[in-house]
Amino acid sequence: MDFGPYLMLAMLEGAVLASVLALMASGLSLVFGVMRVVNVAHGEFYMLGAVMAWAVTSFIGGGPALAFIAAAILAPLLVGGLAAVADMVILKRLNYDPERTIVATIGLLYILQQATLMTYGADARPVVPPFNHRIALPWVEWGEGGLSFYFPWGLSTTSYKLFVIGAAVVLIAALRLFMTRSKAGLIMRATQLDGEMATAFGIPVERVYAAVFGVGAGLAALAGVLIVPIQQAHYLMGGDALLLSFIVVIIGGLGSLAGTIVAAVLIGMSDGIISVFFSPTLAKILATLAVALVLVFRPQGLFGGKGR
Amino acid sequence: MLKIEGLDVSYGAAQVLRGVSLTAQAGQITCLMGRNGAGKTTLMKAIMGLLPPGAGSIALEGTLLSDLPPHEVPKQGVGYIPQGRRLFGELTVAQNIEIGLMTRGGDAALREELLEIFPRLRERLGQRADTLSGGEQQMLATARALALRPKLLLLDEPTEGLQPSMIEVIRQVVLTMRDRGVAVLLVEQRVDAVLDMADRVFVIEMGANRDEMDRATLRADPGRLRAHLGV
Ligand SMILES: Nc1ncnc2c1ncn2[C@@H]1O[C@H](COP(=O)(O)OP(=O)(O)O)[C@@H](O)[C@H]1O
Ligand SMILES: [Mg+2]
Repeated sequence: MDFGPYLMLAMLEGAVLASVLALMASGLSLVFGVMRVVNVAHGEFYMLGAVMAWAVTSFIGGGPALAFIAAAILAPLLVGGLAAVADMVILKRLNYDPERTIVATIGLLYILQQATLMTYGADARPVVPPFNHRIALPWVEWGEGGLSFYFPWGLSTTSYKLFVIGAAVVLIAALRLFMTRSKAGLIMRATQLDGEMATAFGIPVERVYAAVFGVGAGLAALAGVLIVPIQQAHYLMGGDALLLSFIVVIIGGLGSLAGTIVAAVLIGMSDGIISVFFSPTLAKILATLAVALVLVFRPQGLFGGKGR
Repeated sequence: MLKIEGLDVSYGAAQVLRGVSLTAQAGQITCLMGRNGAGKTTLMKAIMGLLPPGAGSIALEGTLLSDLPPHEVPKQGVGYIPQGRRLFGELTVAQNIEIGLMTRGGDAALREELLEIFPRLRERLGQRADTLSGGEQQMLATARALALRPKLLLLDEPTEGLQPSMIEVIRQVVLTMRDRGVAVLLVEQRVDAVLDMADRVFVIEMGANRDEMDRATLRADPGRLRAHLGV
């Protein structure tokens, strides 16, 4: 394959990664933004989303499409509910102290991971995509007869991958609308800006925190559901995802949704391209280097406002 | 209306309020005075439930505010205009008012009424609160508190750093609320303003009650108030 088509293929893979990452990292960023909690267990909510997608699709019949829709609704709800409970029984008791909640979420990480290992097992299990047509992509070239279209061998994607990209765009737009236009979003932002004054205007801050933690985990779970037809569900899959989410959130600026999206696209695309042309390890090295540079030269992130 | 008895409040190990008692009546302006660091802001926060009392009680019309979860206190009709305004800076003027309206189910008519009182805010509804001038911010903080139809209005140094024209706007609002039967509890440093408006004054010193004067006493002996404050 020529360089051009090859690059396009790499970018498509990168776009899929960027989409999933953007969803997951928005959850992490939301939780940090509103609650000032660094949720180290965020990757496990992503893993649980994928595992629950497997569980739901295996137990519900009626064809892959129906099963997948059920998984996409149930998994985020169940994982979000679980996270809200974890918030109320663990984080609330720590008074949301920034340091102690880090330790607590590390504990939560291991509990969720080991509980999954004990029940679901150590195998990676696939989920059948709801649809999966192979789509050959055209390429343009200047030939002797002027501009010509052709379909290079190997330049193709699947309808499911395109769906993942589209779904992420729609979900993130919906999240943004929710935060800026809905009453619940307004309450969350007020709580984020000044919890004490939010309380002084009747906002039950602890309930808002439980909801935010649930929504954040639900976003990670949704990312897990979307990726599992491409990647399989495995009890250790949360680790890499967590690392990439942290990279994205630090580069984008903790708590900034717009920054998170831009950074996810940046990291996802470059990861895709560098992985295809060089190696996945180099991609991770460069991403980590980028974080180091951002932390040194612009600690509030590319889009973070004032350094809080 | 408001009845505080024997209130102790501490920040960690540091006790700031020591057995403070205070009352405020509906349709009256009650002023709270004391030097910087006396504990005035602490008392306001304690009324709002933002600081837990170590001892004593805070009751509004017989309801023990000090037994309620903090977010239930404003729902009883307690409006708070904090020192330094404390607006939701990244939210718009309209959204700040909206949050006040949500507290006790205020409707569009009430919103309209607030914008009649503060026409400047109507011109800036879509603007971020932190881009307003100091006076406009104080108007917004006031509108936000009035939006919960308060029975008790707490104002913590509302005129601090404002121009005279703006001070007059705030004064008119306070008088209007009093005339509508609201119990006003006002922290104010300017003795003249207090002598002009107060129906009753409480002076606290180092977190404890020092003096209490009704309107007649204030009129008869303004020097007594000045002496407490060292002015
Ligand atoms: N968050 C806090 N933590 C510890 N001490 C505080 C805090 N806020 C105020 N104080 C102390 O409590 C005392 C009363 O403060 P404050 O209520 O703000 O006084 P005032 O409003 O009368 O000027 C002061 O000595 C102040 O230093
Ligand atoms: Mg004060």
